[in-house]
Formats: sequence, C-alpha cells, structure tokens
Amino acid sequence: MACFLVPGTEAIVTTIVTAVVKKKENDIKRKVEEGTISVSETKGHDFSRKLGWLNKMLWGGSVLLAFEHVWHGEVSPVFPFLTAVKEGETLGMLQEMGTAGVGMAVLVTLAWVGMVIVTNALEKKGAESVEKDSAKANN
Amino acid sequence: MTLLITVFAAIITSIIWYKKAPDNTMRIGTLSLMYIGASLMWSVDAIFEYAELGADFFRPELSDMLNDAYLGLCVVAFGLVIWMVSLVIKDPRGIIKKNATR
Repeated sequence: MACFLVPGTEAIVTTIVTAVVKKKENDIKRKVEEGTISVSETKGHDFSRKLGWLNKMLWGGSVLLAFEHVWHGEVSPVFPFLTAVKEGETLGMLQEMGTAGVGMAVLVTLAWVGMVIVTNALEKKGAESVEKDSAKANN
Repeated sequence: MTLLITVFAAIITSIIWYKKAPDNTMRIGTLSLMYIGASLMWSVDAIFEYAELGADFFRPELSDMLNDAYLGLCVVAFGLVIWMVSLVIKDPRGIIKKNATR
C-alpha cells in the first residue's frame, strides 16, 4: 500500500545527518591542513562515507519499491497519490506502514550496522598489521 | 519472482564491484547497494506474505509468477536507468565534460 514511505522517510533523515557529518569532517580536514590538529586526532572521521551506504540502500530500495507500487496501481499521479487513501483504507495502510514499512527500515538499518561493524574490524586489523610491520622495520 | 530477480541482480553487481575494487569509477557499488536495499525490503514483504499464506506462498499461479517476473525485470531495468543517470550527472571519468568543452 505505502510501506516504502517509511524507509523513504528514514532516507531523508539519514541524508540530512550525512550532510551534517560530512561538514564536520571537512572542518576537521581543514584544521589538519592548517596544522591546528594532528592527523592522529582525525581517527574514525570517515563516518559520512559509511552513512552513504545506508543512504544508497534506503533511497534505492524505496524508489524501486515505489515503482512496484505504481505497477500495482497503489500509487496514482493525482492527489491524494495513494489509492488506499482514495478508497478509504487509510487505517489498513497505516497498519501496513507500521508493520512491513518499519520492518523494512529496521532490516536495512541492521544490515548497514553489520556492514559498518565488519568494516571497522577490518580497518582496525589492517591498522594493527601496519603498526606491527613498521615496528619490525624499526627494530 | 520480483524478489528473486532483484536478489540475483544484487549478487551479480556485488561480484562485479568486488572484482573491480578498489576502483569504483563506474559507481557499481551504488548500483549494488540499491539492489541490496530493494532485496532486503522485498524480503520483509515476503515474510509478511508467507505469514499470511503459509505454504501457498511457494505455489503461485503461473500468471502471477509471469507478471512478477516481468515486474522484476522492469525493476532491474529501472535501477540501471537510475544508475546511468547518476553516472551521466557525476561523470566520474570526465568524458561528458571533455566532449562539451571541445
């Protein structure tokens, strides 16, 4: 009916959050270039890149799901745009958004959290092996 | 069928992305994430449908299956169109810009 609106709304919020985080990261980068702070203090400041993955999954999924809803005649080009609202099935639509829609948003977010955890672990492992290698080279 | 076709699209694009990594000039990663997102969302839809229909979920009518397969292919094509438009806008290899300024 309109389940894609829930992850779509989450996509809007995460896009705004990404823009804010990216602005902060650019400020930090500028400070490093100016020499105000050291490079070591910037550790873990590429979160906007990782948020970008969530944005792409949410936007892509929502748009493709919206296409499916148009295909099934659940979305129309005229006001109120949603067939369920036009036919007085608003309660059923809201119920579906609360169950399937929220489920979709939660599952995509959990998948992204998993991706971030794995990537962080790999990055940490990579950094540790580089440190070990440089320590060996110094000895 | 829509879910199945989208899952295959996600797997194929992810393999291509992995083969080309770390080079992501053609933004295959974006296409892959789009299909992964859609696959996850349709999985939730499928779970709710399974909860409602039970084993009948796995025995769709032939006409429904064909329509769903047709939809799945259209979804994959639509995803490719979105990716292509984003590629033209971002122009990561600068080819369009180069041609325009020629």
